[in-house]
Amino acid sequence: MSQLSHKIWDPLHECLNRSDLERLQLERLRTTLDRVANVPCYQEKFQQAGVSVNDIHTLDDLAKLPFTTKEDLRLNYPYGMFAVPMRDVVRIHSSSGTTGKPTVVGYTRKDLDDWSGLVARFMTAAGVVADDIVHIAFGYGLFTGAFGLHYGAELIGSAVIPMSGGNTERQIMILKDYGATALVCTPSYALTLADRIERMGHDPRTYLSLKVGLFGGEPWSEGLRREIEERLNIIATDNYGLSEIVGPGVAGECLCKNGMHIFEDHFLPEIINPETGEVLPPGEKGELVLTNIVQEAIPLIRYRTRDITRLHYDQCECGRTLVRMDKTMGRSDDMLIIKGVNVFPTQIEEVLFQVEGCEPHYQLVIEREGTLDTLEVQVEVNENIFFDEMRKQRAFVESLEKRLATNIGLHAKVKLVEPSAITRHEGKANRIIDRRKG
Amino acid sequence: MKVQQISIFIENKSGRLAEVARVLGEKGVNIRALSLADTSDFGILRLIVDNTDVAKDILKASGFTVSKTEVVAVEVPDQPGGLSSILGVLDEAKVNVEYMYAFVERNAGNAVIIFRFDETDDAIKVLQQKGISILPGDHIYGL
Repeated sequence: MSQLSHKIWDPLHECLNRSDLERLQLERLRTTLDRVANVPCYQEKFQQAGVSVNDIHTLDDLAKLPFTTKEDLRLNYPYGMFAVPMRDVVRIHSSSGTTGKPTVVGYTRKDLDDWSGLVARFMTAAGVVADDIVHIAFGYGLFTGAFGLHYGAELIGSAVIPMSGGNTERQIMILKDYGATALVCTPSYALTLADRIERMGHDPRTYLSLKVGLFGGEPWSEGLRREIEERLNIIATDNYGLSEIVGPGVAGECLCKNGMHIFEDHFLPEIINPETGEVLPPGEKGELVLTNIVQEAIPLIRYRTRDITRLHYDQCECGRTLVRMDKTMGRSDDMLIIKGVNVFPTQIEEVLFQVEGCEPHYQLVIEREGTLDTLEVQVEVNENIFFDEMRKQRAFVESLEKRLATNIGLHAKVKLVEPSAITRHEGKANRIIDRRKG
Repeated sequence: MKVQQISIFIENKSGRLAEVARVLGEKGVNIRALSLADTSDFGILRLIVDNTDVAKDILKASGFTVSKTEVVAVEVPDQPGGLSSILGVLDEAKVNVEYMYAFVERNAGNAVIIFRFDETDDAIKVLQQKGISILPGDHIYGL
């Protein structure tokens, strides 16, 4: 594999020493608070909490302000949270909104420029340079993913293939023929591509010219990273963002792959206890809360991401001084509670990956029989875990069940299913079916 | 002396066996012998067909998980005590049988027993020493 670039896109802002950074953050925070003071929702929230923007003198004072939640965005649907007149808005995006109304966000011209720069930062950190050909397999539309990566790659000067989602065989043809060197999609789709290339009779390690993949849009484990890197023979990097806060471009990994650098000159990160809302000391695991201190159109104050992670303030070898966040370890709201045990799907994924030859195509089915919850882990059978002898096949199932019990502290039934029995969307894999509700 | 057999993972739900048969039939593959081992969740279908490699490829392309194994076909006179004598031989030699299944040959009227052994080569040696008739693969594929 060729050497990837270790360049830093914006050294001025990515390598600031902490005292300079904090000075810049405070200045930007106060400017932002002055602007949101005109948004009725914030006026009301601050008044209810008995605080005024004039009470904020230091970064620590941020904790005095109330949180903003997805519910606030829904209540103010569609444009109620905007801090600028529509005349200044040049773009609308929104969340996928599978439940109820979607959440709507806007961008001014400057916001779009800033966004491009943020994405260029993490794409550069992943080794993408002007010579690269970037294949974007996120769906183009209301969702922020495709456009964000598109702008960032163009700003770097890479050649962008705006492929969009769907039609896997055509994706593979274009990846191959156009010589893409960087792939942008969800991690589960990267595996779908590898599967399909294999089924077409080719070796996914050598068939394409890919060097690096930038994967996002869903949480994924270190095991899945190893699997993708091995099967496609690429460096797989993670990045983080959510449509309410700019989209992709909040944080991204450098080639050291030891956490995603949060672009702190744009976003103030806090870690809170999701139950009590209390701010936790550095290094503690909890829910990530972000304050957008640069955005014009819809700057959110202390927005609860519901993503569980941990922040690391020690400096990274890459030279960036920005804080690093761990891969998200699930969400504070869709964390599964089964028989009173907290279970994150990624824990189960890790167990499956420890088994030789076990692919990550799995699904969790949770049901309630009477008053008891049951967890079934459905695993797709492939040639590596299929035995002609029933004795060995059953022993395999039993050993998986034993490992799961040890790792998640809960008995889960393992059910083997045929390949492709688990529905794969061309984008996100739906790994959880919870039938307890209703 | 060995016979090629394919094993297919199938979920225990309606229509899956029919799907295997349909896929093979459509491509002109003929099934010579079959057996099914099952649990409440899944089954392992074992087939001996007239063209093992073609059948394996077709089933894989249709999305099934398939593996190829080697089994031994033994001819047994179709009369009382036929099976018992063979199992006696294997037991005496401490040859471990993973599984077995049987069918009756159309023309000769003899029974054919398909054995899957832990140690296939050792088992063949034992059977040959005792003068038990082992049917070659080509004989079974062409039945």
